[in-house]
Amino acid sequence: MKLLWGLLGSLRDILPIAGTILVFQLWVIRRPLPNVYRLLRGLVFVIIGMALFLEGLEMALFPLGDLMAAQLTGPDFIPPQGAVMMDYLWVYLFAASLGFATTLAEPSLIAVALKAQEISGGAIHAWGLRLAVSVGVAFGIALGAYRIVSGGELFLFILSGYLVVLFQTFFAPSMIIGLAYDSGGVTTSTVTVPLVTALGLGLARSVPGRDVLLDGFGLIAFASLFPIMTVLGYAQVATLFSRMRG
Amino acid sequence: MVASCIDLAPVLIVVLIFQLGVICEPLPNVVDMIGGMLLIVLGLTFFVIGLEQALFPLGESMAYAFARKGSLPWLLAFAFCLGFATTIAEPALIAVADKAAQVASGGGVIASTDQARQQYALGLRLTVALAVGVALVVGVMRIVRGWPLHWLMIVGYAIVMMITGFAPPEIIGIAYDSGGVTTSTITVPLVTALGVGLAHSIKGRNPVVDGFGLIAFASLTPMMFVMIYGMVSM
Repeated sequence: MKLLWGLLGSLRDILPIAGTILVFQLWVIRRPLPNVYRLLRGLVFVIIGMALFLEGLEMALFPLGDLMAAQLTGPDFIPPQGAVMMDYLWVYLFAASLGFATTLAEPSLIAVALKAQEISGGAIHAWGLRLAVSVGVAFGIALGAYRIVSGGELFLFILSGYLVVLFQTFFAPSMIIGLAYDSGGVTTSTVTVPLVTALGLGLARSVPGRDVLLDGFGLIAFASLFPIMTVLGYAQVATLFSRMRG
Repeated sequence: MVASCIDLAPVLIVVLIFQLGVICEPLPNVVDMIGGMLLIVLGLTFFVIGLEQALFPLGESMAYAFARKGSLPWLLAFAFCLGFATTIAEPALIAVADKAAQVASGGGVIASTDQARQQYALGLRLTVALAVGVALVVGVMRIVRGWPLHWLMIVGYAIVMMITGFAPPEIIGIAYDSGGVTTSTITVPLVTALGVGLAHSIKGRNPVVDGFGLIAFASLTPMMFVMIYGMVSM
C-alpha cells in the first residue's frame, strides 16, 4: 500500500519533465517521437526506480546517518561533562572519510575529470582533479560538522569561503573557472546527500545546546563550497608547474 | 546494477570501518538496513536505466536542437521548463525536502500534521525548481550575450548575503543546502548538454569556458529563492 503511494508520488514527480519533452518535441520542434515503446518503458522504469529508492532511503540511509551521529557523540566517545570541541574528533574523521570516499568514486566526477584533462592538454591531470575535489568535499563536510558542534554562524563560514573563492578566481586560469564552480554542485550525489543530511540532523540532535532546526542543515553547503577552492588551487599549482617545466 | 553498487560501495565501506573498528557495536536493525540498501541499489538501477532509455537521449538531442537553431524566446522557454521539470524529478531533493518538513514541524515552525508537512515540502521543491528554471534562463542569456561568469557569480553571492540578513534563521541552513542538493542525477546531464550545445553553436564561444557554468548558476539561485520562501511562509 505504501509502495503504491510511492509509485503515485513518483508518477507526479516525473510528469513535468515528461510533459516538457513531449510538448517541446511535438509542438515546437514538430518532430514525431522516436521509438514510443522504448520511451514509455523507460518512463515506467524511472517511476519504479524512484519509488524504490526513496523507500530504501527511509529504511536504511536516513536511520544510518542518524545512528552514526548518535553513536559517535555517545558516552563511549564523549565524556559526560566538560566536552570540548576536540572530543568530537571521531565525528570529524567520519565526516571527512565519508566525503572523501564517496566523491572519489563519483561517476559524474570521473567523466568531468577526463574531459578536463583532454581539454587542458594534460596540464590538468584527471586524477589530480579528482583528488582535489575529494579533499575539498572531505574538508568541507568535516568543517561543517565542526560548525554544528561548535554552533557557529553558518553564513559567516560560507561568506568567508566565498571571499576566498573570489580572491582565487582572479588568479586562476580562465578555462578552469566554470569547471571549478560546477564541481561544487556536481559532486554531491543522490546517495551522499541523504546520508550527509541525516548525519547533520543527527549531530544537531545529539550535541547538547544545539537546535536541529537552526544548526542541523548546512553540511551540503560546505560540501559544495570547498571543492571550488581546492580545484582553483589545484589549477593554479598545475599551471605554475607546467610553466616552470616548459 | 554495477553502477548503482559502485555508488553505494564507498558509503558502505566507510560506515562498516567505523562500525567495526571504532564504535565496535553490532548494527541494530540489520535486516531493515540490508533490505533498505537492496531497495536503494535496485531503485537507482531502474531509475538510471529508465533515464538512459527515455529521457536522456531525447532531452539531449532537444537541448542540442534548441541550442543550434531555436529562436531566443523558445530557447529561453525551453531552458526554464528544463530546469523546473528536472528539479521536480530529482530524488535527492524529494528526500531532503521531506526531512526539512519533518524538522520544521518538530521545531514548531509549521503545524505538525501530515498535510502541513506535505505542503511545506512541496512548496520548498517548487521554490527550488522555480529557482533552477530562472538560473538556466540567466545562464543561457549569459552564454548568448557573452557576459563574464565570475561577475555574475559575485553579484549573485552578494545578493545571497544580503537576503541572509533578512531571512528567518530557521530557513538559512536548508536554503544554503538546497543549492548543492538540486544539481544531481537528472539535472546535471541534461543541463550540461544544453550548455555545451549552446557554446558549440555560437561563434566565438568556447565549450569549456561557457559550456560549464550553468550548473554553477543552478546551485546559486535556489539559496536566494528558498530564503525568500522562508520569509514569505514563516
